[in-house]
Amino acid sequence: MYFETRDLTVGYHEKPLIKHINIGIPKGGILCLVGPNGSGKSTILRSITRHLTSLGGCAYIDGRDIFRMSSMELARHVSVVLTERVDPELLTCREVIAVGRYPYTGHFGRLSPEDEKIVEESMALVHVAELCDRHFSELSDGQRQRVLLARALCQKPEVIVMDEPTSYLDIRHKIELMNILRDLTSGQGLSVVLSLHEVDLAAKLADEVVLVKDGTILCFGAPEDVLDTQTVSGLYDIHDGMFNMTLGSVELMGAMGEPSVFVVPGEGRGAMCYRVLQKKGTPFATGILQKGSVDYHAASTLAARTFEAPAFGPASEKVLFFARETLKKCACVVDSGTEFGPYNQENLELLILAEANRIPVFSLRETGLLETPSARCFSSAAALAECVSRSIV
Amino acid sequence: MKQHTRNTVGFLVLLGLLAVMFYVNVNSGSVHLSIVQVFHLLGNGNDGSLEGNILWKIRLPRLLGTAVMGGGLSIAGFLLQTFFKNPIAGPFVLGISSGSRLFVGFFMLVSSPFFAGLYSPYTIFAAAFVGALAAMGLVLLVSGKVRNLSMLLVIGMMIGYICDAGTNFMVTFAENNQLRNFTLWSMGSFSGITWATLGASTLIILPTSLLVLTLSKPLSAYLLGENYAKSMGVNVKRFRVILVILSSILSACVTAFAGPVSFVGIAVPHITRMLFKTSRPEVLIPATFLSGSVFCLLSDLIARTAFAPVELTISTVTSVLGAPVVIWLMIKRKREQA
Repeated sequence: MYFETRDLTVGYHEKPLIKHINIGIPKGGILCLVGPNGSGKSTILRSITRHLTSLGGCAYIDGRDIFRMSSMELARHVSVVLTERVDPELLTCREVIAVGRYPYTGHFGRLSPEDEKIVEESMALVHVAELCDRHFSELSDGQRQRVLLARALCQKPEVIVMDEPTSYLDIRHKIELMNILRDLTSGQGLSVVLSLHEVDLAAKLADEVVLVKDGTILCFGAPEDVLDTQTVSGLYDIHDGMFNMTLGSVELMGAMGEPSVFVVPGEGRGAMCYRVLQKKGTPFATGILQKGSVDYHAASTLAARTFEAPAFGPASEKVLFFARETLKKCACVVDSGTEFGPYNQENLELLILAEANRIPVFSLRETGLLETPSARCFSSAAALAECVSRSIV
Repeated sequence: MKQHTRNTVGFLVLLGLLAVMFYVNVNSGSVHLSIVQVFHLLGNGNDGSLEGNILWKIRLPRLLGTAVMGGGLSIAGFLLQTFFKNPIAGPFVLGISSGSRLFVGFFMLVSSPFFAGLYSPYTIFAAAFVGALAAMGLVLLVSGKVRNLSMLLVIGMMIGYICDAGTNFMVTFAENNQLRNFTLWSMGSFSGITWATLGASTLIILPTSLLVLTLSKPLSAYLLGENYAKSMGVNVKRFRVILVILSSILSACVTAFAGPVSFVGIAVPHITRMLFKTSRPEVLIPATFLSGSVFCLLSDLIARTAFAPVELTISTVTSVLGAPVVIWLMIKRKREQA
C-alpha cells in the first residue's frame, strides 16, 4: 500500500477511542471513511494529519513513517481540506491558494516563477481560474471548497486528507467535487483519504471504504464488496427506513398490517404509487413483481405484502393464487399504468379479476384499458392516493 | 484598482500625511516656526535660542516619540487581532494596558523607596511588560473557556477593571509627591517624552516591529486558521507564544512612556485594512505602523491645540476618534452574520 496505517490507535486526551486501525490505499486511490456523526472518522483523520497526537501505531506514506517527519516534511507530503469555516477577510482566492506554497517558499514567503506556475496549475485543475482575483469571503460554499482544494493541491502533496468535504454542498457541487477528485487521483496519481457521511456517495466515489461506528472499524474493503443494505442499516442503526444499496437511495418504511389496497406494478411506475401510499400511511399489497426490478426493490421496504416472480420467468401457481385471494379482499386496486406484454400477462389478469369482482380500479393511464372499462383514470399520483384513502375509509 | 497600484498609492498617501503631520506638529503651539527656520535649526542643531530649545527639547522628541509609539501600539493591536481572530481585540480593551498600569503603579508608588536607584525608562518598561504579560495571561486563561467574540471583550474589560481597582487602591494610600508623577503619567499623554524615553522606546519598538515584519509568512498562513497553519508546517504553539510576547512588549513600551492610550490598537489596523483592501501581513504591518504614527500625531495635535493652553489627555482624543470605529465594526459584523 502507498498510504497505510499499522495498528494505529487514536483518541483524545490520552484516552484511546479507536484501536488497531489497519487501513490503506494504493497510489492514485480514494480511501473513504464512512459512518454516522461522532463515530470517530474525524479523530482518525486528525491523527493522520497530526492535528491530534496518535496514541500508538504508525502511519506510512510510500514506506516513510508520517509520525517521524518534521512538520515541514509532513506538509510536503500531506495537505488537508478541513471542515472548519475559513474566513480570511480581504484575501483574494489567488492569495488563499498561494499560501499553500508555504512549505516551499523562503523566509519571507516570496513566490518564485516556479511557485506561480504551480498556483496557476492548481487553479486550473479545480476550475477556479476565473475566481482568482475575487475575495474569498464573497464566494459560495461550492466555490470556497474548490479554492481550498486548490490550496491543498498547491502544497504538492502525495496524499490529500479531506474531512467531510461535501458537508455544505448542494447536489450539483457534490457531483462537481467528486468528479474533480476522480480526475486528480486517476490523472495526477494523487491519493485521497476522506470522510463522508453520505454512504451512497462513498460507494460511487471510493476505491476502498472503511466503516466506522462507535469507535470501532466495522469493516474495510472495496465498497462493492463490503457495502450492502444490511451492513449500511447496521452502520447507521436504521430501523424506520432502509438504505437500498442497489438503488443507492433511502426508502422510508411503509405502513404494515392487513393490506387494503392492491397495486399492480411494472416499469418502475409501481415505486411512485408505493411512495404516495406510504405518505398516506396506507398498507398495501403488490404483485406480481419481477425479482430485481426497480419496483421489486422499492416494494421490499414499502409494501405490507409482496407477490414475486423469478426474473424473466412466470410466477408459480401458489403465488398467483395468494395474489388473487389478497386482491379480492382489498377495498381498491391501483393500476400503475405499465405496458402489458408476454411476460406480465398475470398482472393484466389481476386487473381483469378486480373488474369482475367490482373492486374499484384507479389507474394512472391517460386512457383506460379496454379490459377495465369502469376504471377511473388519474393524471397525478397524488390525486390517485387521495381517492384511494377516501375509498378505504 | 489593481492591488499593486493601491499599495503604492496607499504608502505614498501615508508618507505624505506623515510629512504634513510632522510639519504641523512642529509648528503648532505658542511659538510659530517658519519652514526655513525649522530646516535651519534641524541642520545646525540647537543654537541655544528660544526657538532652538522649543524645537529640540520639546517638540522634536515629542513628535518622534508619538510617531514611534503610535506605530508600535497599532502593531500590537494588529497582532492581538490576528491572535484572537477577533477584529475588536486591542491592548486597551483586553485590559493589557491596565495590567501595565497596575505594575507601573506598584513600581512607582509602593516599591520606589526600595528601587530609588533603579528608576530609568527601562525599569519602568520592565514593570509595564510584566504587567502586560500578567493581564494577557489572565485573558488567555479565561478566554480558553469562551470562544465568543463579544465575551472576550467583556473579559478584557473586567480584567481591566480589576487592575484599575488595584491601582486605585495604591493611589489612595500613596504619598503625595509620588502621586503627582504617577497621576500625570497614568492620565496618558505624549507630553512627557524626553530624548531618553524616545531613545528607549525607539530601541524597543523599532526592532520589535521589524521582527513582526519577518513573521509575515507564518502570519499569512495563520489567517486561514490555526489548523491550516499547522498543516502547512507552522509551529503553532511556538508562534502563539511569540505573538503574545511581541504584542506585550509593544503595548507595554507605549504604556510605560505615554500611559494607557485607548482605541489606537483597535482602530488603526482596521482603518489600514480599509485603505489597502488587503489582509497580506507584509503590506499591512508597515502600513499599520505608518497609519498609527499619523493617527497618533493627529490625536496629539488635537490634544495640544483644541483647548490650548489647556492640554487634553491623549485618550480623550483617541477615544472620540477610535470608539466609533469599534461600534461600526460591531454593526458590520452583526450584519454579515445575519
